[in-house]
Amino acid sequence: MKLLDQTRQLLRRDQVFEFLQPEINPDLDISHRTLLYLEGVSVSFDGFKAINDLNLYIDAGELRCIIGPNGAGKTTLMDIITGRTRPDSGSVWFGQVINLLKLSEPEIANAGIGRKFQKPTVFENHSVFDNLELAMAADKRVWPTLLARLTAEQADHIDQVLATVGLLEQRQRPARVLSHGQKQWLEIGMLLVQRPRLLLVDEPVTGMTHQEMDRTAELLTSLAGEHTVVVVEHDMEFVRSIARKVTVLHQGSVLAEGSMEAVQNDPRVIEVYLGEAGSC
Amino acid sequence: MILTRLLRDDRGGQILLGSLLVLALLAPVLNLALPPDHPLHLSTYTLTLLGKYLCYALLAVAVDLVWGYLGILSLGHGAFFALGGYAMGMYLMRQIGDRGVYGNPELPDFMVFLNWSELPWYWWGFDHFGFALLMVGLIPGLLAFVFGWFAFRSRVTGVYLSIITQALTYALMLAFFRNEMGFGGNNGLTDFKDLLGFDLQADSTRVALFLASALALALGYLACRALVLSKLGRVAMAIRDAEERTRFTGYRVDRVMLWLFTFSAVLAGIAGALYVPQVGIINPGEFSPLFSIEIVIWVAVGGRATLYGAVAGALLVNYAKTWFTGALPEVWLYALGALFVVVTLFLPQGIAGLGRGLGTWTRRGRREEARS
Repeated sequence: MKLLDQTRQLLRRDQVFEFLQPEINPDLDISHRTLLYLEGVSVSFDGFKAINDLNLYIDAGELRCIIGPNGAGKTTLMDIITGRTRPDSGSVWFGQVINLLKLSEPEIANAGIGRKFQKPTVFENHSVFDNLELAMAADKRVWPTLLARLTAEQADHIDQVLATVGLLEQRQRPARVLSHGQKQWLEIGMLLVQRPRLLLVDEPVTGMTHQEMDRTAELLTSLAGEHTVVVVEHDMEFVRSIARKVTVLHQGSVLAEGSMEAVQNDPRVIEVYLGEAGSC
Repeated sequence: MILTRLLRDDRGGQILLGSLLVLALLAPVLNLALPPDHPLHLSTYTLTLLGKYLCYALLAVAVDLVWGYLGILSLGHGAFFALGGYAMGMYLMRQIGDRGVYGNPELPDFMVFLNWSELPWYWWGFDHFGFALLMVGLIPGLLAFVFGWFAFRSRVTGVYLSIITQALTYALMLAFFRNEMGFGGNNGLTDFKDLLGFDLQADSTRVALFLASALALALGYLACRALVLSKLGRVAMAIRDAEERTRFTGYRVDRVMLWLFTFSAVLAGIAGALYVPQVGIINPGEFSPLFSIEIVIWVAVGGRATLYGAVAGALLVNYAKTWFTGALPEVWLYALGALFVVVTLFLPQGIAGLGRGLGTWTRRGRREEARS
């Protein structure tokens, strides 16, 4: 009889086997307003502590700038959030239910975290439009991708994003002919079509002219609110123009956090970073 | 409908399929209807040779799909080709029945020679053509799937992957050379008599095999073309150009690689299966790393990432090989090496690139070219 009962349990139709339940919880729980939690994160490469007991909280809808001298661990931090590097210890949560340490890079991307690389990385041989089409939020498994057809709404959405990043006229040109700044924008556009909750933007204005920088600042500020944007940048002038809240990293942990003025006047920050930057 | 969509912007493909059609219509007439002394008569030898080239062309298309579009330089595609060939060869062996030298109705000659008393289990089922056909796709596909599963999951790419594929085909060659494997050792499988009851030596069977090869090439080309034009094809090219970016865009790069690699292996297997009844033998030589490298040269000569270029390259290089090994056998390897060097240095996009370049040049003149 016990066996029969067990069989009945197996056949219950009001529940799903545990292994069949999706690992990614589609409902991102941000009821506590915090979108990203990093707690006690440490990672070392060959004994060098790139990140050292780092605690960082990013609120939903925020525009956060992360600054710090070379080797402070800014890019490593992005690598940890996007799953490229696994920390030795600590926890990283996206909302309250998604444990980022358990997901692979594509899963993290599909969970709603988009990343722009330091060096602009776009699909050089594809047209600008195709770049966005490939990046667009969709079922990205093999078979659905094989059978995918672009719908009119999707095409409209892509054109809308192209307009946002100012590349509408380059629509059909291959991405390799774009200027450095345009590639940066295209990459930001590729993040936008993914409809991410969190945008990680690594050095968006390197190689840009002043006009391009201004437009990028405008773009990033307009994105905050609907999206959460985290910008890592070297260029202090640019940070000043967009920053609401700044986090200073130093030797793998948070040195100071607050408004740009507060951070600028912090003696420790002046010592490790701004003084150094001010001199050049 | 689908055909026009697939070939709309593909001049090379139009030419290829057009000439395949013409060839498929003309060859049987020239071979079967004209008397042997007629000047336009196409000898069965030439016809079979053409059929063989078409099988190579299909193999080249399979390699171009993974190398040109996905960036996986496989130096072991000969293994999948040979496995498909062996599957077909096993069926043909079973068709011999008691007409072998030893007249044993149960066992192929080489097993009698080895004093084996019964058929090994892995030969079961190969009496049936349907089963053999299934194995032609299944065995190369399965090997590619298992191999790819491990390789792509551990993110083995680039030159390391090439070396492992090379090792794979080399290991299989050594294994198939062994008599105990039960695949005929270094002699391989040969002395075939008939296929589905048709005599393999008959002209009409040869014509049918030629037509089957042409059809397989046409279908294989169209399937690859459809794949390349799909969103998955564009994802594949994205992986080739910026693998990391594709991963952070949310695609499971390893899965895309795995499925395309498996598909390519199945195509290679089909090419091998059509090749074996036409040349009449399959032996471990097909597993040799040299052959796999030669396939890559065909694709490079024809032009990567064009598909039709792979066909052109396979035909050209193999025709040259036939001619050289007939006229100046000792020069052939030098010629092949020189061809590869010349193509790499002066025609990085192969014959296809040359054709495209000429097209652009005549259409738009030099000004355009200088501007781009």
